[in-house]
Amino acid sequence: MEDIKPQLFKVTVDGIEVEVEPGTTILQAARKIGPDVAPPAMCYYQPLKGSGGKCRACLVRVAAGSAKDPRPMPKLVASCITPVQDGMVVENESSPQVLEARKGVVEFLLINHPLDCPVCDQAGECDLQNFAFDHGAAQTRYEEDRRTFEKQDLGPYVQLHMTRCILCYRCVYTADQITNKRVHGVLGRGDAAEIGTYIEQAIDNDFSGNVIDVCPVGALTDKTYRFKNRVWFTKPVDAHRDCPTCSGKVTLWYRGEEVIRVTARKNEWNEVTEFICNTCRFETKKTSDWTIDGPTQVARGSVITANKYRADLEKPSFGQRLAAAQYKPIDDKRDTSQLSIQQLPPERFAKAE
Amino acid sequence: MATKILTEHVAVPGIETFDVYRKQGGYTAVEKALKTLSPEAVVEEVKKAGVRGRGGAGFPMGMKWSFLAKPEGVPRYLVCNADESEPGTFKDHYLMKNLPHLLIEGMIVSSFALGANKSFIYVRGELMYVIHILEKAIAEAKAAGFLGKNILGSGYDLELVVQPGGGAYICGEETALLESLEGKRGNPRNKPPFPAVKGLYQSPTVVNNVESIATTPWIINNGGDAYAAIGIGRSTGTKLISASGHIRKPGVYEIDLGVSVEDFIYADEWCGGIRPGHKLKAVVAGGSSVPILPADKILTTAAGEKRLMTYESLSDGGFQTGTMLGSGGFIVFDETACIVRNTWNFARFYHHESCGQCSPCREGTGWMEKVLHRIEYGHGHQQDLDLLVDVAKKIEGNTICPLGDAAAWPVASAIRHFRDEFQWHIDRPHEATQPGAVYKGDMAASADRLV
Amino acid sequence: MTTETNNTIQFTPERLAKANEIIARYPEGKQKSALLPLLHLLQEQEGWTPAEGMDYVAELLNIEPIEVYEVATFYTMYHVKPVGKHVIEYCRTGPCCLMGGEEVFAHLKQRLGIEAGQTTVDGQFTIKEVECLAACGMGPVFQVREKYHMHLTNERVDEIIDELSK
Ligand SMILES: Cc1cc2nc3c(=O)[nH]c(=O)nc-3n(C[C@H](O)[C@H](O)[C@H](O)COP(=O)(O)O)c2cc1C
Ligand code: SF4
Ligand code: SF4
Ligand code: FES
Ligand code: FES
Repeated sequence: MEDIKPQLFKVTVDGIEVEVEPGTTILQAARKIGPDVAPPAMCYYQPLKGSGGKCRACLVRVAAGSAKDPRPMPKLVASCITPVQDGMVVENESSPQVLEARKGVVEFLLINHPLDCPVCDQAGECDLQNFAFDHGAAQTRYEEDRRTFEKQDLGPYVQLHMTRCILCYRCVYTADQITNKRVHGVLGRGDAAEIGTYIEQAIDNDFSGNVIDVCPVGALTDKTYRFKNRVWFTKPVDAHRDCPTCSGKVTLWYRGEEVIRVTARKNEWNEVTEFICNTCRFETKKTSDWTIDGPTQVARGSVITANKYRADLEKPSFGQRLAAAQYKPIDDKRDTSQLSIQQLPPERFAKAE
Repeated sequence: MATKILTEHVAVPGIETFDVYRKQGGYTAVEKALKTLSPEAVVEEVKKAGVRGRGGAGFPMGMKWSFLAKPEGVPRYLVCNADESEPGTFKDHYLMKNLPHLLIEGMIVSSFALGANKSFIYVRGELMYVIHILEKAIAEAKAAGFLGKNILGSGYDLELVVQPGGGAYICGEETALLESLEGKRGNPRNKPPFPAVKGLYQSPTVVNNVESIATTPWIINNGGDAYAAIGIGRSTGTKLISASGHIRKPGVYEIDLGVSVEDFIYADEWCGGIRPGHKLKAVVAGGSSVPILPADKILTTAAGEKRLMTYESLSDGGFQTGTMLGSGGFIVFDETACIVRNTWNFARFYHHESCGQCSPCREGTGWMEKVLHRIEYGHGHQQDLDLLVDVAKKIEGNTICPLGDAAAWPVASAIRHFRDEFQWHIDRPHEATQPGAVYKGDMAASADRLV
Repeated sequence: MTTETNNTIQFTPERLAKANEIIARYPEGKQKSALLPLLHLLQEQEGWTPAEGMDYVAELLNIEPIEVYEVATFYTMYHVKPVGKHVIEYCRTGPCCLMGGEEVFAHLKQRLGIEAGQTTVDGQFTIKEVECLAACGMGPVFQVREKYHMHLTNERVDEIIDELSK
């Protein structure tokens, strides 16, 4: 039998060409090139069906729709849900319009978000912090009242601080798709919408703890870990155990000799690779329970990588980042045979501003 | 002279009953279509008529119908959008309440054309009394053999279901409507896929406005060409205009597309002019979502021509000097109306009605409302107007559904055309917050026409 | 469809028959479509949509209670908190305001001695502000249950309140 290979589509993102299978989204095509051209994603979460399209962080400009119809698309599109066409040309950070729109999205996400990262448990591993650092303006123009909520316990393990929620719906999809019964959801609408259980109810389910890992901000946090430490003082280690409920493959977070937190393992896009059960996450915190696999590969987005958020460092321009992308191995797992870097006009290397 | 395609028999006593409607020639289009025409032929007539969607977007109805996917063994659906919630629009309410059988006849003809055997009319829940009227009419039509199995012996089956909404403007957006019809929150869907491919219950679906569907019986009886002969250019046929605000005769009027805006406002046949002793200040011509225009710009285009009630003429000049026909919600303001207050009111509406799924609309609508509220109540700052324009710009085009645009346009256009009035609120808050105070400054833009 | 339930709130036999009729009108397996109509039915019976009633509806439709709560809190017509005997849903949107809607609204609030969102102490009236009711040419407008009251004036408001208070 002959191997029938599907016709691959050629897509160009910020001047870099990549070949992907039909049906791939712009975001996934860009991720295939590497983190430096991948649009930020605050709601899209690859393992969760139906996620994406909501936060608008991943907006890109399609400068040419396809080889057949090379007209630009009239509006910016959400790259996480828009499928590529053959010959599509996409502008991510090389488009001033995209940068302007993202600045807007950061601002919108922050107007009702407290600006108190120092007291938030998610600080250091927060997608919103990263997004705001990369794309936001330095100052807020918002002077109205902010929306606030009381903290709320969803059962013995999970705490909800709705004030920090950005309504990405990831935890709702997780409960729908990973657990066998969803008891929390989105209540109300517009900017009065909130995550909740309506009548007080514990989220009680073998896999409920996964909502903590998918939450991009500090809205859903692990009560068994809260305020025990800051993530940048911890050391992550991959480990596994024989678990009757889940794969048992986890990341252990050490402070000194003590396991202070257990999470699922995440890929370089901060997405859980295999969801884990509550027993592994909350009840199994002795080193002797686990077989250690080795140190966790730290994702680029993590604060654990050196010099994150250093104010004295100038943000590299797009050109500099692109140059860096060309010379450093950016994604060890990628198939380089499918990458070809086009000759870029020199003005593309100018600082975007 | 005005043709009455939809409202010809509206004044006939008892027209809401089957018998009277039938006596006036009702249901002949069903007979003609089911007995003598193929579904394709019906689609063809509607295409020829050139009728454009009356729900706001103005997309050609025949073309929409021909896009409907037709995979084997999968049901297709027709859903009538009777969610009518756009401020200033009340024509569908009027039509369904007075002429329920016209809509039902249109639903039968349209469903037949699309090959749908179960069709829905999604009515906003507040109009529960209209739902009862429709359900009664459906029962009558069924008893007379125009609905149910094997209609008129043609072998065609159709069931009509009237579905109530629960109170949400966003369910007028077609994919939010489908979600709602599936018993969910009215969150618009990401597109693609479009409803023509995956709509209700993931099956191919056409969503059309009440008024659009109600044109089909006349088109079948008189032919698409006869319909296309009415109107001007690509604005064919007649349109129901809901007229409200500071006019002598608010109400629903059926006009030939192509009537001049000036005639529509001042002629006795329609609005009958501005309230006695007052003069025209501004008009929102197509429902709250479309840009507001000052008197001079609504009456004449930038080129100095008379503006007409057509899709093309109203949008002449783009957003700089033009607006849109939209849903035909024609709101008239005289010189006593405060544009700042009205803009805040509309901003509050969109803030209240945003579904909250996507961040620019969820957060941006609330932000705009709060800033406008401050300005209206005398706490505006110098930089607020530029801020509002910038926030509107950052919402526009960046959202899942057009509600974001609909929220941004009224704010951006009001500041574009009435900047002085906003500035006055910021500069002289004490004066502007007096009860009943209205900007009296440069009224040169107002039409100098007292009626 | 279940008819047996432990819920404290249940439909009356007539309403249950009506509910089953509604559920039957959707295609096989799509019974969740009946959710909005059933919530209207619940509200018609109870005056509002208490949690026990929503759990009962969830049971009838074989869906999770949270799916009902999510929907009931999204749509503005459902009263998820107890309300007075008569809920006056007053249109506050632009076109009605042009017709004097704000002045009449002030009168209504003064007449009942409550603000929007409140209920009179005798539990007779609740005022709820709503957006455009698709009757802008006949404004000002409010709605009490299914009935539209249009062309409102201060006098007309007094008459209607008197009528309802009887
Ligand atoms: C926020 C929003 C609200 C809408 N409300 C309505 C409505 O109340 N009635 C309506 O017919 N169309 C409404 N529309 C337009 C519909 O999405 C859709 O275009 C229309 O129902 C298609 O029918 P038509 O082609 O016959 O106009 C709305 C659109 C948006 C974005
Ligand atoms: S709680 Fe977290 S995961 Fe859930 S919607 Fe909010 S931000 Fe998203
Ligand atoms: S634009 Fe507004 S209404 Fe539309 S999907 Fe986004 S949040 Fe919802
Ligand atoms: S990641 Fe694409 S819209 Fe949120
Ligand atoms: S504005 Fe009150 S009914 Fe439309």
